[in-house]
Order: sequence, then structure tokens, then C-alpha cells
Amino acid sequence: MNEEMTRGELLRRGAGGAALLSVPGLLAACGGGGGGGTAGASSTEELKKVLNFANWPYYIDTPQTLKSAGIDKPTTLKQFEAKTGIKVNYYEEVNDNPGYFAKVQGRLSKGQGIGRDIIVSTDNDRPLGEYISNKWVEKLDKSLIPNIKNLIPAQQHPPFDPDREYSLPWASGMDGIAWNDKVTDPVTSVKQLFEDPKLKGRVGVWNSMGDTLGLVMLENGDDPAKVTDASFDRAIKRVQKAVDSGQIRKFYGNDYAPVLAKGDLAATMAWSGDIANLADPHVHWGVTDDGGIIWTDNMIIPLGASVPTASTYMNFMYDPLISAQWALGANYISSVKDVKTDAVKLDPKAASNTLTFPTDKTLSQMHQNDPAMFQNPDYDKKWLAVQGQ
Amino acid sequence: MLWLAIFFLVPMVFLGYQSLESGLFPHFEFTWQWSNFSDALSGYHTQLIRSFVYAGIATLACLVLAYPLAYWIAFRAGPWRNLFLLFIVAPFFVTYLVRTLAWLNILADQGPVVRVLRDVHVLGPDGRLLATTFAVVAGITYNFLPFMALPIYVSLEQMDPRLLEASKDLYASSTQAFLRVTLPLSMPGIVAGTLLTFIPAAGDFINAALLGTPKQAMIGNVIQAKFLESLDYPTAASLSFILMGTIMIMLLIYAKVVGSERLTG
Repeated sequence: MNEEMTRGELLRRGAGGAALLSVPGLLAACGGGGGGGTAGASSTEELKKVLNFANWPYYIDTPQTLKSAGIDKPTTLKQFEAKTGIKVNYYEEVNDNPGYFAKVQGRLSKGQGIGRDIIVSTDNDRPLGEYISNKWVEKLDKSLIPNIKNLIPAQQHPPFDPDREYSLPWASGMDGIAWNDKVTDPVTSVKQLFEDPKLKGRVGVWNSMGDTLGLVMLENGDDPAKVTDASFDRAIKRVQKAVDSGQIRKFYGNDYAPVLAKGDLAATMAWSGDIANLADPHVHWGVTDDGGIIWTDNMIIPLGASVPTASTYMNFMYDPLISAQWALGANYISSVKDVKTDAVKLDPKAASNTLTFPTDKTLSQMHQNDPAMFQNPDYDKKWLAVQGQ
Repeated sequence: MLWLAIFFLVPMVFLGYQSLESGLFPHFEFTWQWSNFSDALSGYHTQLIRSFVYAGIATLACLVLAYPLAYWIAFRAGPWRNLFLLFIVAPFFVTYLVRTLAWLNILADQGPVVRVLRDVHVLGPDGRLLATTFAVVAGITYNFLPFMALPIYVSLEQMDPRLLEASKDLYASSTQAFLRVTLPLSMPGIVAGTLLTFIPAAGDFINAALLGTPKQAMIGNVIQAKFLESLDYPTAASLSFILMGTIMIMLLIYAKVVGSERLTG
């Protein structure tokens, strides 16, 4: 019980942080700016036979992950197809938020579709607010999503979308460090990651500013939820030093996992569920000694998509039993109420999955990014510069 | 001409327009922002110079590797010529990206090449090939080698063998014959090859992105990131112009040195 409440509280805090994120976005929307304005012009109102879904890698239950979770059921995608007759083309093509945004914004800004019915975007980055404030997304058809009642209160009013008109959470997850035990001993701190000479040239970090600098700020003893120019520069300096010394091999999107498994990386910053889904016995993941960052990914319907088809899928995923199976199979945190009750029905040991149901201790170590950080073009410039760009 | 106008001039005008804009995505305004150019140059001259150094080394390496190769195929391969030419072109049946990704596996830290090099002590026990300047330059060299080899082959193949016989008749040694007959006659191929290699290599970003680290970032990586990560179109556009302009100037100097008739054929 206690744990449930902590989890709820945690997600509430996450949503609170995200609220700030979209304040500038909302202001922009009120100002009547934005390049869109043609929202809905090219969308289809009919239910289609195919759903095109763009998501991040390692983010869904697969036969393999379900097997290791001890669940003997078809994947949620297969169940959806069987139940509705809608075929899902599932594209694992989101490698980082700005990169995906840059790819699709050209068409969206002209009011054109991108051949996807659902895309997933994270609240601790700039693009999610841009999609919504520029009206490059379609409104959800809530008449087709009765299960929206199962959305946990903490996620019902995020400031980037106060009434959840355009978005629904896909998953929440945590930032930590993963290492390959064939190459190194456990790596448990950013200090070790950046300074241990044995890891030289075999360290990965994210190209996502909030995640990487968030962990570095925690290591520096600064608060990632309240970024100042000084704390930002301290974090950048720390990363720059690790780049200059040759410690950092590369800035990755979601593509670090296979490199880590291969051993070209000894250790890397990594998202909580990815490593479990990678299912390599030599690769481990943990929260750093100084804590981690928590974030939430959101499903949105881009312009030109089939709203009924996308809404039907969202409704399906907000069925608690389905969400429970997905959460245990994907090893990420669900935003559906009472999902733990259903998870235990699927697998009596479910409560011990600390990636889906983090412990109180882990939750107490989680922080969120300062949304104002993503609206500062000067920070953006410095962040690219430290990557050699 | 029309072709050139539609597919070169029009995009150039758009790019030029963009390079003089200011503001933040998606609200750019055209303001004759010439400072984009000076800012871009002062911010990224390191990557610019690095690009030309890498491209220069790779072009030289291509020349050193490709010339003997083309020479051998043109004069010594006999009936097997076409087969060997096919070998040079064969990797091009696979896309650039995939070819470079293949090197990621071949040169992997735990891979066979690095293991052998460690065993014979060419590399230290912790040595690696990937994520080094060597890997990036070698990647560029590999990817552009055919662009050097084929033009040289063509110019050698067109050579009249009687010229060599004549030089022998005039008591030229093999070295003299090569230096005074073969090499000058193959110059058009060398010039074409160096241009075909150097120009795209200077703007390349795939090799640095896949085989390098942030310390090997080239100007192409910066432009890529400005366009596709930070959506800073004005800086990206002005950097593209700076890259083009610099290559143009280098081309003019090159033309002056080697003689412009060789550039125009």
C-alpha cells in the first residue's frame, strides 16, 4: 500500500515538473503563433485496418520478455490484432526526441501526415511541447477511450496538455547506469563513469540533454529540478572534461544497448527497462549512488493520422490487465490505476519487478528535470558544443 | 541549363535566404543576419579545419593506394581487367551506410582484427581502432577509394603503349619512362580523382559519426546536428555556405597550380 502511494506521489511530482515544461508552449499557443492551423484537415475519420505506431526500441512486451517474466500469453500487440482485426505496423524508429522531431516537422508544419498514427515523445525534452503548441497533433477521440478513466490522477493534468486532449502516457522510466561485467566491475556513479581510467574510451552518455546533465548535476550535488546558469555550466564542464580526456566514446540516442552488449562500451548511461529487455546476462543496470531522473513518455496522434484507429489502440492499452502485462513485459512503469493488482494475477512474483514497481528507496532517489532548461537556446548551443557540434 | 537552375540554383537561393535569417525554430525571420557567418566561423573553425585535414590525408592515402592498383589493372591484369574493375566497384552494390556499419563490426574492440593486433603488440592490451582518428580517416579512405582508382585507371588505359616503347627506344630507364611519360599522361585522372575524393570527403559526416568520437567531429557532423538536432537552420545554412566557399577557393588554387585545362579536361 505504502509503495503504491509512493509511486503515485512520484508520478505526480513528475507531472508537476512537466507542467512547467509547457508553460512557454502554452503561451505561444495563446499568442496565436505556430505554423499549424490546419489541424484535422487531412486526418481520416474512419477506422482503418492498419495502425502505424512509431515508438522507441526496447519498449514493448515481446515473446522473449514475456517468457522471462513468466507470462504465458500472446504479446499485447498480437492480442490487439486478434481483438480488433487491426494490424499494427510497429516501428522502433524513435532514437532521440529532437532527431525524430526534426525528421517529421517538415511535413507536419505543412499540415501533412507522416504515415504514422501514433508517435511517442518524452516530457523531459523540448519536442513534446512543440508538437502540441504548434497544433501538429490531432485531438484524441475520447468517446473511443472509455478506459481513460483508469489514468492515474497524477498524470491527468500535465501542464503541456492540461486536460489530456492530445496525449496519453505510454510509460515512465528512470535514468541510471548500465555496465557489461565481461569488461568492467560494477559502475555505480557518474564520477566513476567519467574518471575511472580503466573505462577510458568505453563510456557512453545520452545525446539527450535532460537525462545526461540531470545525472551529472546530481553527481555535482546540484538540483536538476532547479537549474541555474552556474549549475548548468558546472555540469557541462564536467562532461567536457570527460570528452577531452577521451573517456566518453559517444553520445547515444536509444542505440547504446547493442554496443554495450558487444563490449565496445564498458558502461553507459541507460534507461531503466532497456537493459532488462536486452536480456543479456552480462549487462546490468542500476540507479547511481546520487540518484536518478524520472520521466514520462507520451503517445500523441500526429496530423493526418487515423484518430479512431489510434484512439482504439490507446483504449486497449488502458485496460488494466493489458497494461499490467505490457509493464511486466516491457519493464517500464505504467500510468494505469491499480496495475499492480492485475500484475500479481499474471505473475505472483510481479511485485518483485523493481523496474515496473520501483521500491520506496529507489523512488526516494528520483528527481525530475527543470523544464525551463529545455527552453534556453543558449543551453542547447552549449550542449551541442560539448558533443563536438 | 534548366536542370542546373532547378536543382542547383533554386536550392542555393533558399539556403542563402535561410543563412541570413534569425530567430528560433519555428519562427525564423529574414533579417540580413550576416553575423550568422562570423558566429559560425568563430564557433566551428576547429571542425572546419579538421575536415580539410582529414579529407586531405584521406585523399593522399587514396592516391597512394589507388595509383598502383589502377596501374596494375591497366597494364598487368590482361584479360582479367574487367573482373578486377568489378572488384573495385563491387562494394558499391551495398549502400554507403551499411558499408561503414560493417567496419563497426570488423574493427570492434572485442573483434578479430583488434584481437590479432593486440596479440602481435601493434596495439596495447587496451588499444582499440574504433573511436579513433585513424578509424575515421581510414573509413573515408575506404569509402572514396573507387572515386580515385577509376579515373586514374581510365587515363592509364587510354595511354598509347607505343609511347612507352618510344621512350625505351630513346634509352629511358623504367623510372624515367614512368616519371616523364606515364605519370604526366595520367595527370587528368589524378586531378579528377583527387577532386572526386576530396570534395565529398570534406563534407562527409557518416564516418566521423560512426567510427569516431566527439573529438573527431567534422564540419558535416556540425551541419547535420544543427539541421536535425537543434533545428538551428540559419547557422546550419551559413556553415554549408562556408564549407562550399572554402572548397571553391581551394579548387581555384588547385586549378592554378595544376593548370586549369586539366580540370576542364
